[in-house]
Amino acid sequence: MSGWEKLRDDFPILAQRVHGQPLIYLDGAATTQKPRAVLEAMDRFYQEDNSNVHRGIHELSRRATLAFEAARDRTAKFINARESAEIIFTRGTTEGINLVANTWGVKNLKPGDVILLTEMEHHSNIVPWQMLAERTGAKLAYLPVTGDDGLLDLKHLDDLLGPKVKLFAFTHISNTLGTINPVAEFCARARKQGIVTLVDAAQSAGHRPLDAQEIGCDFLSFSGHKLCGPTGIGALYGRRELLEAMSPYQGGGDMISSVDFFQSSWNSVPHKFEAGTPNIAGAIGLHAALDYLAAIGLDQIAKHDAELAGYAFEKMSRLPGIRLFGPKGGRAGVISFMLGNIHAHDVVTVADQYGLALRGGHHCNQPLMRKLGVESTARASFYFYNNMEEADRLVEVLKEIQRFFGE
Amino acid sequence: MLAELNELYQQAILRHSRHPQNFRALPEADRTAVGNNPLCGDHYTVFLKLADEQIVDLSFTGAGCAVSKAAGSLMTETLKGKTVSEARNLADNYNAMLRTGEVDEQLGESQSLAGVHHFPTRIKCALLPWEAMRAALNSSTKEVSTQEVAG
Repeated sequence: MSGWEKLRDDFPILAQRVHGQPLIYLDGAATTQKPRAVLEAMDRFYQEDNSNVHRGIHELSRRATLAFEAARDRTAKFINARESAEIIFTRGTTEGINLVANTWGVKNLKPGDVILLTEMEHHSNIVPWQMLAERTGAKLAYLPVTGDDGLLDLKHLDDLLGPKVKLFAFTHISNTLGTINPVAEFCARARKQGIVTLVDAAQSAGHRPLDAQEIGCDFLSFSGHKLCGPTGIGALYGRRELLEAMSPYQGGGDMISSVDFFQSSWNSVPHKFEAGTPNIAGAIGLHAALDYLAAIGLDQIAKHDAELAGYAFEKMSRLPGIRLFGPKGGRAGVISFMLGNIHAHDVVTVADQYGLALRGGHHCNQPLMRKLGVESTARASFYFYNNMEEADRLVEVLKEIQRFFGE
Repeated sequence: MLAELNELYQQAILRHSRHPQNFRALPEADRTAVGNNPLCGDHYTVFLKLADEQIVDLSFTGAGCAVSKAAGSLMTETLKGKTVSEARNLADNYNAMLRTGEVDEQLGESQSLAGVHHFPTRIKCALLPWEAMRAALNSSTKEVSTQEVAG
């Protein structure tokens, strides 16, 4: 048994049958499964240390605060932030992006300014900017996707990074196309023009080594639940200089240094962005997940992702009538497809009866779907606990589906 | 496993999804309404021609999965010639059938969608054209949705 196969035993959920068939979970791009180490860390916290963080004098509060801040340190190390104060805990990628829009964005954008996005963004990296544009009079512009091969049209990037652009926000890895964008290059080109950058790392965090300083971004947002951690916890990285100049996100406890009846002063970075009791157990689960991934090695995970994606993509491409989206090579383990004229929901329903968890729909990428001329696609997404046999089984089941619908 | 699949995708449903009946616009329609499922992007427009509280003709256009398209096609066959109040009752009974699997013979060929009750995540697909029809009967101009929360 290879090391990868042994890792499967860490995920109790994978050892089950669905509709009488062994479960093959290919929906990691939506959320990944959780290893026992993460479940146990959270359980242990609730059983032994549960208490509220900060300002507590008693022993349990001290332990909870230490564990919560240790999770922040671990997260800072995970993305190589300069210091832990550059890590703000959020509910997930979406909240991180909304935080930047509502604090940095509201303060810095004025009518006529441009927010540059790409056509492959998830709704969570489009809608907050639309709301901000509405509020500030700024405009949106998009770096185009070239076509089914799912690449961004870089020829036009320098033209688009014009003097009106204040922010360039883009995804690291597309949740529909599996494209891996050259984010360090994007940041370098934006920085030359004095443009602030935000990286949506929802699909890349936990799939490859991430180094915010090497990427050179100003903000980077990711979710815990897509990298073996629990739901409801994520992190936003921001350069301290920018965070210091930003107003708070929400008002409440923990984010103030002093409160008067008519005015308050703010706590220091990052606490001024974390109003109210945080998701303490979630942060502890995230810490355990990051330790778990580091023990495997993120470079090893990236290699496994690439091998599995390449293998599955190549095998799927041999199915008659299949339309595959995204780049042929150098891609992430997220594969969107149309099986002839069979609707994605019909594909997913039949696959489910064979024990395969796929996803079908617009994947929160409606503008991209319209551009590609499809209503929806089916999607298989892989993580390190998936293997070649599961990719083989996927292709077999897709053949069955084609037979079933007479295509 | 395959028994349930075959119950969902019965021959009638596969046939109607490939060759939907009354799948066209009806220029002389008195009422039209759009049904939209933002979760998957499926959308249908239903056209009704009424005379004295009777549906004398109906048709639909749009795009979606095998279940929703077959449901639309079978619906047009079930409802042609029915009165407005009969159509509303049938829509209620159809809705109940999708949830319980219990059929009402008045639904005619639309009874072949009873197997959907084994697949709760697909009920909204089978409902979409019927909800659009109901909105058209109510002269609702607002787009109806079978899914309130979109991703």
